[in-house]
Amino acid sequence: MEYNIPKLLQKKKKNIIELWITNQLSEAGLREDLISNEEIRQQSEELVDSFVSNLNQENIEDVNSGDFDGVIEILSGISITRARQGFSPRETGAFIFGLKEALLQLLQQEIKEDKETLYQATLQINRLLDSFSIVTFETFIKGREEVILRQTDEITEISTPVIRVWDGILALPIIGTLDSARTQVVMENLLQEIVETGSSIAILDISGVPAVDSLVAQHLIKTVSATRLMGAECIISGIRPEIAQTIVHLGIDLSNIITKATLASALKFSFQSLKLEVKKVQVVKAVV
Amino acid sequence: MEKIPILKMGPFLLVTIQVDLYDRLALSLEADLVQMVKKTAAKGVLIDISAVSIVDSFMGRIFGNIAGMCKILDAETVVVGMQPAVAITLIELGLPLTGVHTALDVEKGMKLLTSKVDIDIESDDDLDDDHNTI
Repeated sequence: MEYNIPKLLQKKKKNIIELWITNQLSEAGLREDLISNEEIRQQSEELVDSFVSNLNQENIEDVNSGDFDGVIEILSGISITRARQGFSPRETGAFIFGLKEALLQLLQQEIKEDKETLYQATLQINRLLDSFSIVTFETFIKGREEVILRQTDEITEISTPVIRVWDGILALPIIGTLDSARTQVVMENLLQEIVETGSSIAILDISGVPAVDSLVAQHLIKTVSATRLMGAECIISGIRPEIAQTIVHLGIDLSNIITKATLASALKFSFQSLKLEVKKVQVVKAVV
Repeated sequence: MEKIPILKMGPFLLVTIQVDLYDRLALSLEADLVQMVKKTAAKGVLIDISAVSIVDSFMGRIFGNIAGMCKILDAETVVVGMQPAVAITLIELGLPLTGVHTALDVEKGMKLLTSKVDIDIESDDDLDDDHNTI
């Protein structure tokens, strides 16, 4: 008996979908919190539909055939959405390997007598599905990388707020590592804000900087010098003891920069140089 | 050739640069300014560069030079109103203008200059007072 694998698969489309969905639902790591059963069904049907209708005797051997462009597109779409939804690589992998499992199960059921054909068909399906898995992973990782890139951008945007703590005093808490690109953003934001508010003191708080090496120190010195050129004074505050140690061990000269241990003492210093005074209100007890 | 006006304001000289500086203009400003400091025995020089949007290393050096020369002639130099972009450029060029005082605007610059030289003025006043009492 001669088997036509593509025809067979087309005829048994419903069975494949059912098998695959059963496979997916019985998977231990099913993420019901991320995706509903209807969605799984819809995605699976769409993919199987596109796969079997594009499959024929010629292209079953040729993974790179243009006929599969539609399948790959659907697959990439699913993969990217899953990456964004926060699926793990294993879960995304299980999704596509589940289809392979379903196809092989079906072939085993249908081609019982002819071992040779079964072997051939299994090999072909394996090859095809493996290539689809690679595509899935590629797009999955690409999707993840996009997420990471977007988050990096967001972090740079968020992490450089310039706060106006007092009339004429700006504070800039730096959180995270200072690299050249960030220093540039920090410097530009700070200088722009100095011009806009006419502030004469800027406090650079580095309590959120995990480590200071000579490069970071160089960036800090640059920012301080630029602030000075603008005609404002720059105080570095929030220097942790470990950072003080590193700075001295590295032989970085911060002697011509005003440094304070805490933001509070930097603020106190600023008040002093602006000739401001913070006082406790004298509570006068009413005498009855 | 155009010239940058140097205005005398009490014991200070006021220079506002309203055009983009080119090298020869900067050099002639340097020469004129030093002459003026000598002539008027100014105690301070205030240079307003708020309209300058482009600087290069030469310009940075000129500012440094002017400050150094005025210092020798016993006058303090304050550069005011530097644009953020200009400040970043100078820092990236490695010219932190160490000898120059800076201020945000002319008003603050004037205050700074006054505070720098008021010791002298006060001592003059003291002398006057002494004369008066005697």
